[in-house]
Amino acid sequence: MSDDHDHHDGNADHELRVSKIQDGTVIDHVHGGQALNVLAILGIDGSEGEEVSIGMNVPSDRLARKDIVKVEGRELSQDEVDVLSLIAPDATINIVREYEVIEKHRVERPDVVEGVLSCPNRGCITTGDEPVTSRFEVLEDGVRCAYCETIVRDEIASLIETN
Amino acid sequence: MRHDHLITSKQLSRGDIETVLDRAAEIDADRAAVADRHAGKLLGLLFFEPSTRTKMSFETAMKRLGGDVVDMGSVESSSVKKGETLADTVRVIEGYTDALVLRHPKQGAATMASEFIDVPLLNAGDGAGHHPTQTLLDLYTIRENAGLDDLTIGIMGDLKYGRTVHSLAYALTNFDTSQHFISPESLQLPREVVYDLHQQQDAQIREHESLEEVLPSLDVLYVTRIQRERFPDEQEYQKVAGEYQIDSETLEAADDDLTVMHPLPRVDEIAPEIDETDHAAYFEQAHNGVPVRMALLDLLLSDAEGQGGETDE
Ligand SMILES: [Zn+2]
Repeated sequence: MSDDHDHHDGNADHELRVSKIQDGTVIDHVHGGQALNVLAILGIDGSEGEEVSIGMNVPSDRLARKDIVKVEGRELSQDEVDVLSLIAPDATINIVREYEVIEKHRVERPDVVEGVLSCPNRGCITTGDEPVTSRFEVLEDGVRCAYCETIVRDEIASLIETN
Repeated sequence: MRHDHLITSKQLSRGDIETVLDRAAEIDADRAAVADRHAGKLLGLLFFEPSTRTKMSFETAMKRLGGDVVDMGSVESSSVKKGETLADTVRVIEGYTDALVLRHPKQGAATMASEFIDVPLLNAGDGAGHHPTQTLLDLYTIRENAGLDDLTIGIMGDLKYGRTVHSLAYALTNFDTSQHFISPESLQLPREVVYDLHQQQDAQIREHESLEEVLPSLDVLYVTRIQRERFPDEQEYQKVAGEYQIDSETLEAADDDLTVMHPLPRVDEIAPEIDETDHAAYFEQAHNGVPVRMALLDLLLSDAEGQGGETDE
């Protein structure tokens, strides 16, 4: 990321705001203001004792303002990373072991996301008491419920299931 | 047909549609030939929403094939009232029957239900979603009256909430048709449906607020009901509803061969004076529900049998 401040071994200013982690995942280049949604989509609320640091609206050359999420002791699965793409399409994922970034990759948009978003259509069968997992097809510019076919383009983050 | 379930008209190819319509025509021509074809078979009718017409048409179709139906009865008198899920209901009734017909007020209900069962499921309407068997009988009627290629069709009325309209529009993209959608602005096609229609290559779609400008070019005019309850006040409704009513004066501008359809019941969208003219195809359309549903059931039940080793064809 030559085009950006590197918060691991570069700009000391940023280092103070978001501390280094020993083992885990750094989710970088999240659009400003989306950090909490990133945690929601990953189902991280701190109740499991995870150590989480968040930097919000940190200056970035690439995004002007970006958020950074660092999760200690947890390496994200590819599924989780894919789902992140819905709200953080430019995110980079850094897997850290012993303070070193050992893997770095961009998120990719999946074809389908299951059990992550809840349908905003109150007439949709998935919004009742049925034993069904929500499923959304990922479109170029949004997501679409596989059951009622409702298309959501904006505010995808507001559909994140919270339970 | 290749499909185990019929959930939406989107899943139907031109070949699928022609298979069903051809079979329906055969059955229509000689009903006696299929009178015992599915003797001993049972069709489960699960209507979570009242629909006398669609239900009776399925019941008639199954009985004319020599089979029988079991009916869940009204929702009020069933275990659904006690809070049983749809997923549980279909899994139980699947064990009693050879195929299921589902009408449900929630969109996506048929898709979900089909994921829980192995017997064929026919979607007879899921909320504002789909109604593919209506579409097939509409197509059958259009084919009989005007043909399905080189067709100019106007679809008019409540295009926003009309699931029969959406299903028909998708299916027509399989054919060489130009579709004109005529409605008040507030009842235009949902953007999702327009999105889907534009995904189809070569789909020719135009939207209008007035019937006048397209009427003379139409081969078929498919009229749907504008429901009073969609409007905030009676005056708004009256203003709009009047503009989308058909009478003999309206049809003076139309081609002599224009076919007028309506998925009934109607209220006052089509004046009774049209009933006696050659334009009127809506009662014929309603009657076509039986041979078309017979054809569908025959294809699905024969397929299911074929998988078990028996042969039918
Ligand atoms: Zn939905």
